[in-house]
Amino acid sequence: MRSLWRDRRAAFGVAVLAIVTGAAVAGPLVSSGSPTVQHDVVATRFLPPLVTDHSGSFHPLGTDRFGRDVWTRLVYGARVSLTVGVLAVLLSLVVGVVVGGVAGFWPGPVRTALLALTDFVLALPRVVLLLLLAAMARPSAVLVIAALGLTGWMSVARLVHGEVRSLAARPFVEGAVALGLSRRRVLARHILPNALTPVIVSAALGLGNAITLEASLSFLGVGVQPPTPSWGNMIASGRDTLVNAPWVAAAPGIALVLVVVACTLLGDALQDALDPTFTR
Amino acid sequence: MLAHLGTRTLVGAVVVAGVVTLTFLLVRLAPGDPVERLLGPTATPAQLAAQRRALGLDRPLAAQYAIWLARFVRGDWGRSIATGRPVRELLGDAVPATVALVGTSLILSYLLGLAVGAWQSGAGPRVDATLSVTTVTLFALPGFWLGLMLAMAFTYWAHWLPAFGATGLDANALTGWSRLADRLRHFALPLATLTLIGIGGAARFVRGAMRDVRSQAFVRTAEAKGLSPFRVTRRHVARNALIPVITLIGLSLPALFSGAVLVEAVFAWPGVGRRLVEAVQARDYPVVMAATVVTAVLVVAGNLLTDLGVAWIDPRIRRGKGET
Repeated sequence: MRSLWRDRRAAFGVAVLAIVTGAAVAGPLVSSGSPTVQHDVVATRFLPPLVTDHSGSFHPLGTDRFGRDVWTRLVYGARVSLTVGVLAVLLSLVVGVVVGGVAGFWPGPVRTALLALTDFVLALPRVVLLLLLAAMARPSAVLVIAALGLTGWMSVARLVHGEVRSLAARPFVEGAVALGLSRRRVLARHILPNALTPVIVSAALGLGNAITLEASLSFLGVGVQPPTPSWGNMIASGRDTLVNAPWVAAAPGIALVLVVVACTLLGDALQDALDPTFTR
Repeated sequence: MLAHLGTRTLVGAVVVAGVVTLTFLLVRLAPGDPVERLLGPTATPAQLAAQRRALGLDRPLAAQYAIWLARFVRGDWGRSIATGRPVRELLGDAVPATVALVGTSLILSYLLGLAVGAWQSGAGPRVDATLSVTTVTLFALPGFWLGLMLAMAFTYWAHWLPAFGATGLDANALTGWSRLADRLRHFALPLATLTLIGIGGAARFVRGAMRDVRSQAFVRTAEAKGLSPFRVTRRHVARNALIPVITLIGLSLPALFSGAVLVEAVFAWPGVGRRLVEAVQARDYPVVMAATVVTAVLVVAGNLLTDLGVAWIDPRIRRGKGET
């Protein structure tokens, strides 16, 4: 674990995520505080970055077609994107750990059925499934979380399944079973805590993935709905103004790439740190 | 090997059947009615009911499913509710466009990704770190955003390449080379978008796989025998590292099709993904179903081909001794 702090990838990942989370939490302090407010639209729209408008407010990333401050929307969009991403990953972790744990510890038809289900969902094109799920109800953040969580648990389930199976053959598990503990208790108290290390890596990688997919759905118009800013719908609204105001679409995209890179590097660093056979 | 292939085909068929059934239920359970969209807000309830009956949408779900399935396997894919065009005709234009886009980008990104990954696995720490940062960034790029940025740079600023559709407005008037050039110019940006992201993913994976193989004893033996580094890489490392890489190609197919859906939406590329997005939004049931079936079959077929590829490259599996 110590080596993790000396890993530059981990440092970069933690720093970026901390800054973005910090800015999102402290939204009103670091921005104008009102992501949807529109002033004099004609006078304030499409201001380029680093410009002060006629009323004296400064726009570090310019304004969009309604004269809304892009930096403020970016900060408030981070709230939406991060919350949706984190909750979706948590949901997929819970489903994945339960499915993988049960499949790993109960041999026979239960295992076969759960593994078949995992492989089945894994073979589905995820965006197609997301489109269909998103079409099921009025688009909203909750729906996006549910859709992402329910289509993202399979890799976790596979990891946990493998881990649980190898742990189940270890003497300390046999000992716990021999003591007369119920199988459920053995799984929950003795096996799962030991099987969760690869899940941490998967969570870091999954977060980046979930944030990208949320943006994709919002971009297609079936995710978070305007005027609530999310990075995806900001990119979508900047699409029509690429020629005269490229910063509207560029800024949220760069933020998105930074966060996803941070998640991936952090995941890679965790993987190396947690793998005892790995030497740099 | 044949038995293995048979099992895989059977599993593939089950997956396709499952996807189809799930899609059928999901689209019909979704709120929104294609008939209301078709007839518009002025339609009377009687008109709506009549149109529903004409389309068979007033029957129980199970009956609708049975009728649809029976017609579908006989080749009668119905007509699009929204446009009235036969579904087979709609998708007949779309499938080649998507296969061309996804297939070309798959080949290009793995060839280039293999080259970058192989270079990295043998390079010094500085080159390795630089390339790692590059590939991580490429891999992190959301396809739709990269597409927009490329369109901004190459279409709006440089005026070099078109960013809309598969052909220009004058495509029918062009012949010979200029026709081909028009096609290729329209192909360039969607292909570049998917390929750049693909290179990132492939190179990252290849680097890891080659590092794993390089640390094994037989590589040290090969080096100790005095083989040239190039020969060690090509004959001993690359061949073994290719097995997980080829498996990954198969596993990445669903993701690639998903990515293509968004890239097609950005560039108005007339593929299956774009048809699917439009059809889901219009609740155009026959088109959604057919597009889903086509996508699922393409993904499953791709996975089967991957299996064959692995068997071809790995003699242990080819001779039926290994296990997969």
